[in-house]
Amino acid sequence: MNMLNSEKHASGHAKSVLAGVKNAVVTISGQRILQDISLEIEAEEIVTIVGPNGSGKTTLLRLLIGAIAPDQGDIVRSADLRIGYVPQKLHIDPTLPITVARFLQLPVSTPAEVVAQSLETAGVGHLEARQMANLSGGEFQRVMLARALLNNPHLLILDEATQGLDQAGSAAFYNRLALVRDQLGCAVLMVSHELHVVMAASDRVICLNGHVCCQGTPEHVSAAPEYLELFGPQAAGALAVYRHQHDHHHHHDLDGECLPHDHDPGAAHGADHGA
Amino acid sequence: MIMTPGQLMGQTMGLDDFFIRAIFAGLGLALATAPLGCLVVWRRMAFFGDATAHAAILGVALALAIDMPIFAGALIVALAMAILVSSLGGRGYASDTLLGVLAHSSLALGLVAVSFMTDIRVDLIGFLFGDILAVTRQDLLVIWLGGGLVSALVWWRWSAALTVTISPDLAQAAGLNPRREALRLNLALAVTVAIAIKVVGALLIAAMLVIPAAAARPLASTPERMALMASGLSVIAVIGGLNLAFTLDTPAGPTIVSCLTAMFLASSLLSASRR
Repeated sequence: MNMLNSEKHASGHAKSVLAGVKNAVVTISGQRILQDISLEIEAEEIVTIVGPNGSGKTTLLRLLIGAIAPDQGDIVRSADLRIGYVPQKLHIDPTLPITVARFLQLPVSTPAEVVAQSLETAGVGHLEARQMANLSGGEFQRVMLARALLNNPHLLILDEATQGLDQAGSAAFYNRLALVRDQLGCAVLMVSHELHVVMAASDRVICLNGHVCCQGTPEHVSAAPEYLELFGPQAAGALAVYRHQHDHHHHHDLDGECLPHDHDPGAAHGADHGA
Repeated sequence: MIMTPGQLMGQTMGLDDFFIRAIFAGLGLALATAPLGCLVVWRRMAFFGDATAHAAILGVALALAIDMPIFAGALIVALAMAILVSSLGGRGYASDTLLGVLAHSSLALGLVAVSFMTDIRVDLIGFLFGDILAVTRQDLLVIWLGGGLVSALVWWRWSAALTVTISPDLAQAAGLNPRREALRLNLALAVTVAIAIKVVGALLIAAMLVIPAAAARPLASTPERMALMASGLSVIAVIGGLNLAFTLDTPAGPTIVSCLTAMFLASSLLSASRR
């Protein structure tokens, strides 16, 4: 199981690998979804997977949480790995009455203090007694985040967690996520369509289209030809527009104008992006 | 013909006997239908309940043909239906289309099969609308064993079933098997249909599942309270409905369901007036 781990140690890397896949191939109803994928997630890093619809992003996450098995290749997980999982926005039928506190007790009951603490960490401590069906989109997703934090995870996995939120809502969500990472020291692996916000908040970006097209820092990926081919030339600008006020390098906005900067370079961390 | 209590009075059976037996049959059924019905409503399985009940008519016909207990025949077909639907689910047919095909085909086949049995005078109306006043001691035993079994299964798997209902992915991430939980519920539903077919009949089984849950919804803030509330309403409807049927000389099963309907209207009006 710990194949990747031992390789890492042999090559002298200090960082520990929490989870990964090695040469994974996944075929669903005759269709090859993932082709020879290898990736690893290290402790405390924020990794984002971007890719067009049908590129296998969700399949890759499902592989990592163990919801599906690869047809070929291996899944690697460190011993006793605890995963917190935030699924795509889910729909709770309005015929099902359930409070936030009770929802966090499913399927196993958890001490009330732990529930309260998780809600607090996710920034929604005040919602405990509310009905799930009456939450706003942003509140709902933070409750989902709180739920994923219950087992004090080493690795948080989020699948399109901000789908349906407006830009301010998703920016606030990612801010909270960065705070949670700093507070709990967990790694974060997420999938998102929102290139600009999510890439800025990541340590590493993996561009997926059935296979890993390219990966690296957000700056590296947003300049990579494979990425530009998938998302079009505007996509490169997306990161630049988002980062321009935090980087010291001069970037061009979508109109090609050179933007002035008067910002502290220390603020270039994704966690500092305001809502 | 469905016998009304007044007609039965004229028969040899003692009043206390058949009336008390009818009440206990209704209560035994409510034991299973109330909590299971909540899950049926949340999981949008109401049509599945209906379809299984219709299919069970084929089982009744088979039982009559080979001189097997009605309960056994209905159980076999209902279980076959549950397993078939569980294994075919998500294979290209919209599940309500698939259910429609299975339900109406088996209902039609059952009716055609019964028409060939010229030597037996078969009262199919009794199996469509039930004949709770004709319940025997043996029936009562079957109903309470079946009802107890279903109730025990539902309460044992309650949290797991709730989690799967809210999100199969979340359930999977928590180490549950969504398909197995769904199969368990389908089997519980099949047993319920088999024990209910004699009491309320194929057409009214879905009513016993769905209406108490729907009536309880506006009165409850957690899933557990909704299930308990549905149980309470079912008990009131069984006792009240049978007494009404006795006083007004109306068919028993439909009178019970009419009581449930009145409760549904009352609770809907109550929740509308609170807004």
